[in-house]
Amino acid sequence: MTDFHHQTLTELSAGLKARRFSSVELTRHFLARIERLNGELNALITVTGEQALAAAARADQQLAAGNAGPLTGLPIVHKDIFCTDGVLTTCGSRMLSNFVAPYDATVVERLSQAGVIMLGKANMDEFAMGSSNETSWYGPVKNPWNLKKVPGGSSGGSAAAVAARIAPAATGTDTGGSIRQPAALTSLTGLKPTYGRVSRYGMIAFASSLDQAGTLTQSAQDSAMLLGAMAGFDPRDSTSVDAPVPDYLATLEQPLAGLKIGLLKEFFDQGLDEANGKLVRDALKVYEALGAKLVEVSLPNLPLSVPTYYVVAPAECSSNLSRFDGVRFGHRCENPHDLLDLYKRSRGEGFGAEVKRRIMTGTYVLSAGYYDAYYLRAQKVRRLITDDFAQAFQSVDVLMGPTSPTPAFDIGAKVDDPITMYLNDIYTIGANLAGLPAMSIPCGLLGGLPVGLQIIGPHFSESRLLNVAHGYQRETQWHRQIPQGYE
Amino acid sequence: MSFETVIGLEIHAQLATRTKIFSTAATAYGAAPNTQANLVDLGYPGVLPVLNAEAVRMAAKFGLAIGASVSQRSVFARKNYFYPDLPKGYQISQYEKPIVEKGQLDIVLEDGTRKTIGITRAHLEEDAGKSLHEDFQGFSGIDLNRAGTPLLEIVSEPDMRSAREAVAYMKKIHTLVRYLEICDGNMQEGSFRCDANVSVRPVGQEKFGTRCEIKNLNSFRYIEKAINYEVARQIDIIESGGTIKQETRLYDPEKGETRALRSKEEANDYRYFPDPDLLPVAIDTVFIESVRKTLPELPDQKAARYVEKFGLSVYDAGVLTASRELGDYYEAVLAEVGSGNEKLAANWVMGELSGALNKDGIEITQTRIDAKGLAGLLKRIVDETISGKIAKEVFEQMWAEGRDADAIIEAKGLKQITDSGAIEKVIDEVMAANPKQLADYRSGKDKLFGFFVGQVMKVTGGKANPAQVNELLKSKLAG
Repeated sequence: MTDFHHQTLTELSAGLKARRFSSVELTRHFLARIERLNGELNALITVTGEQALAAAARADQQLAAGNAGPLTGLPIVHKDIFCTDGVLTTCGSRMLSNFVAPYDATVVERLSQAGVIMLGKANMDEFAMGSSNETSWYGPVKNPWNLKKVPGGSSGGSAAAVAARIAPAATGTDTGGSIRQPAALTSLTGLKPTYGRVSRYGMIAFASSLDQAGTLTQSAQDSAMLLGAMAGFDPRDSTSVDAPVPDYLATLEQPLAGLKIGLLKEFFDQGLDEANGKLVRDALKVYEALGAKLVEVSLPNLPLSVPTYYVVAPAECSSNLSRFDGVRFGHRCENPHDLLDLYKRSRGEGFGAEVKRRIMTGTYVLSAGYYDAYYLRAQKVRRLITDDFAQAFQSVDVLMGPTSPTPAFDIGAKVDDPITMYLNDIYTIGANLAGLPAMSIPCGLLGGLPVGLQIIGPHFSESRLLNVAHGYQRETQWHRQIPQGYE
Repeated sequence: MSFETVIGLEIHAQLATRTKIFSTAATAYGAAPNTQANLVDLGYPGVLPVLNAEAVRMAAKFGLAIGASVSQRSVFARKNYFYPDLPKGYQISQYEKPIVEKGQLDIVLEDGTRKTIGITRAHLEEDAGKSLHEDFQGFSGIDLNRAGTPLLEIVSEPDMRSAREAVAYMKKIHTLVRYLEICDGNMQEGSFRCDANVSVRPVGQEKFGTRCEIKNLNSFRYIEKAINYEVARQIDIIESGGTIKQETRLYDPEKGETRALRSKEEANDYRYFPDPDLLPVAIDTVFIESVRKTLPELPDQKAARYVEKFGLSVYDAGVLTASRELGDYYEAVLAEVGSGNEKLAANWVMGELSGALNKDGIEITQTRIDAKGLAGLLKRIVDETISGKIAKEVFEQMWAEGRDADAIIEAKGLKQITDSGAIEKVIDEVMAANPKQLADYRSGKDKLFGFFVGQVMKVTGGKANPAQVNELLKSKLAG
C-alpha cells in the first residue's frame, strides 16, 4: 500500500481495524513522506521518528489483541505549542529553542492514551502570533498549493503538513482564527471548539481567554473522531467546562433539511474578495439544495472585533509571556552583568518583532491611566459582540460566511504591514471573542488556491457544526483535493 | 505644635493549608530549596493555576469572625512585575473584588480602654519565592518553596493612633487567626507579618498627612519600634520646615531605624487585570453557613464570658484569652480547683506560669506543669496546707522536677502549721526571747508587730499559717 496519504483518518482507522496494514507500516510511510517533503515545506520543527515507531509497534500489539480504540495506531502531528514530555517544545520561538518540556499537555496526553501516534511537532507563528506563519524563529512555512504563498497562521505548519499529506491530521490552536484561516488557505477542515471544551493545560498560552485547541483534518468526520478524544473537563484547567462529551460521530449523518443558516451581512462587505465571495455563495447553494433555509442576519458590533481583539489578546499576552525571563528555562543571554541586563537581553534576543510588538501594545493598554480607555472598554465591546451572536442564534441554527477575505497571499507581502496582516482575521476573531465553536471547510479553488467556508454555532454545538460540515462534504469533493506534487 | 499619629496595617497571614493556593505542592516550612515547588509554582510554560478550596474556606471563616461581608463573587487579578523570585512575572492576587470586605475588630489597651478598628478588606493571594543573596558568589540563589503559598492580606482602616494601638491590633489579629486555626502565627518563619502605613498630622487637622509604608515587620517589638522611629522622623522633618515624601521604607532592627526603599515615582505600575486563567470565585449562602458552623468561640466572646461568669477584669480576661490554648488551660485549672477560685487561678496562670513559660521561651502547649498539676498546687493553697509564698517555692520545684505538688510538700515538709496550739507555743518562745521588743511594743511601738510575725515565720520555716499567726500574735502581744 502506498496510498495511505490519500486516505482520511477515518479510512485509515478502518484499515487498521481490519488489519489490512499495520500502524508501523502507516507510520513508516508518513515518516518517509516527511523525510522527502518537509524540507521544501518547513512544516515540522521536530520529527519524532523513533518514538513514533515504538508507539506504532505498541499500537499494533493492541490492534492484534483486539483492545484497540478507533484512534489506536493513527499518526498525527502536534502544533509545537503543546508541551510534549521529553520532546523539544519551541512555540516557534528562539526563546524556547532549547526547551524540552517535562510533561505532556492534556491534549497530547489524551490523544496518546487513545493510541494516537505523534510524528512530530509542527511549525507555527511565534507564540501563535501571526496569520501567515512568517513570524516563526524556524522560518516561514510554505503552502503546498503554491510554495510562494503563505499557508496562513498561526497553525501554518499543522495545515501545511496535512495539506501536503505528510500527516493525515494535526492538532492546532485558535486564538483569533489560527486554525480556521490556515485551514481555508490549504483546503482543510479546521475546527475551533467552544472555549472550555478542550483543556488548555500544557498549551503554551498566548491569550488565555481566547486560546482554544482544535483540529486540522481532511474531513469533518476526521475532526469528529479526534475531538471526541481531546474534549472534556480537565481539573487542571479551571476554564475547562465540566459538561459531558457527546458522540460526535453519532450525529454526523443527520439530514440538513430545515436547517436555518444565518448569512452574516457584515462578512460579505467590501473587504471581501469578490471571487472569493462567489465561491462561498456557491457553497451556500449546496446547503439550499439540501433543504436548508438562508436568512441574512446582522451583528452590528461585529466590525469592532478586530480592534477589540487587538486590545484583549496583547493585554493577556503581555502578562502571559512575562515568565520567559531567562531565569528558569528558555533562552538566556550570554554573561548578563546584572538582573536588568539579564531580562533585557534574554527577552530582546529571545522574542521576535511581532511578539515584542504585541507585548508592548498589551503593556500599554493595561497601564495606569489607559486601562479604562482600552482594556475595560474592549471587554465591554466583547460583551456586546457576544450578545450579538446570542441574539442571532435565537433565530438561526448556524451562521455562515467566508473564513478569510482572500486566498493565500505571497510570502513577504504583508510582513511589514501589521494592520493589513491583522485584517486577515476579520471574519474569524468574532467567534473567539464570544467563545463560540467554529469551523472552516474547503469550498473551492480560486486561481489554484483554496477558499474556505466558515460555519459558526452556539456554545457547545460542535455536534451540529460537524453534522453541517459533513453534510456538505457528502455532496462535494473539495475536501478530497490534494495539491499538485503531493499526490 | 503637637501631632497625632495615624496608622493603618496590612497584615499578611499565611493560611495553614496543606497545599499551595494554586498548586498541589506542599506548603511545609523548612524543606531543602526548590523541593516543594512543582511546575505550576515554577511558572512553567503551559501550566495553569487551580484554586485551593481550603484557602477560600479559611478566608471566609476570617471574614465571618470579623463581622465582614463575604463576597458572593470575588475575582483574582494579576499583579505584573518582574523579579527573579516571582516565577510567572505576575502575582495572582485579588484587586477590585476581594473575598472579604468591611469588617471590624475591638482592641483592649492596658488601661482597659476598648477601641474598634475597621478592617477595609481581606484578600487571597499567593506568596512569592525567596531570593538568597549570600552563598552564591556574584549570583543570587532562588528558592521557590514559598512561591504559591496562600496568604490572606488583611488591610485595616487608618484607625490606629499610636504604635501601642497598632501592636494591640496586630496581636488581636494574631490571636484571632490562631483561634480560627487558619494560620500558625509563626512570626519567625514569616507566617505572620505586616506592612505599616504611618503618617502624622497636627492635632485638630482633619486631612491625613502624607504616609510612608514600612515593609515586612515580623515581630511585635519591631512594629512598635519601627512606628515610633518613623513618627519621630516625620515630626522632625515637619518641624524643621520640610515635607514628607510618600515612599516605601524598610526597618533595620539592628540600627533601630527606617530607611527609604523606593519613592512613589519609582513604584511599579502593576497593570492589574482579571486573571483569565481563573474563574470568579462564586460563594453561596449554603457555603457561608457551612463555614459559620465551624467557627469556634471567638476571643472576644470568651473574654466577655470570663468577665461575666468568672468576675475577671477586662484586661485579665484579654490576657487569658490571647490564645485558645491559654484559655483552655485556665479553664481546665479552674474546673479542677473549683469555683470561687477564679481570680486565684487567673493570677497563677498569668503570673507564675506565664513567667516560667517566658523564661524558658516555650508555648503553653509545651508547659512543664499541666493544668491538673497546677490545680493540684492551688488546691493546697485553698485548703491552707501551704501558704501562697510556699506555693511559689513548690511551683518552682514542680517546674524543675516535674513532680506533683503533694509529693514536693510531703518530701520537703512544707505543710503549713495550722495547729493553733503549736503556733501559740512558738509565739510564746519568741516573746520570751525578745523581752525588749515586747516591752516597746506594749508601750506603743505598733510597728514592731511585723518584727514578731517575721520571728514566728523564721522559727517555723515559713510554714505557719499567716492568718493564724496574725490573729494569735495580736491577742498574745496585747497581753
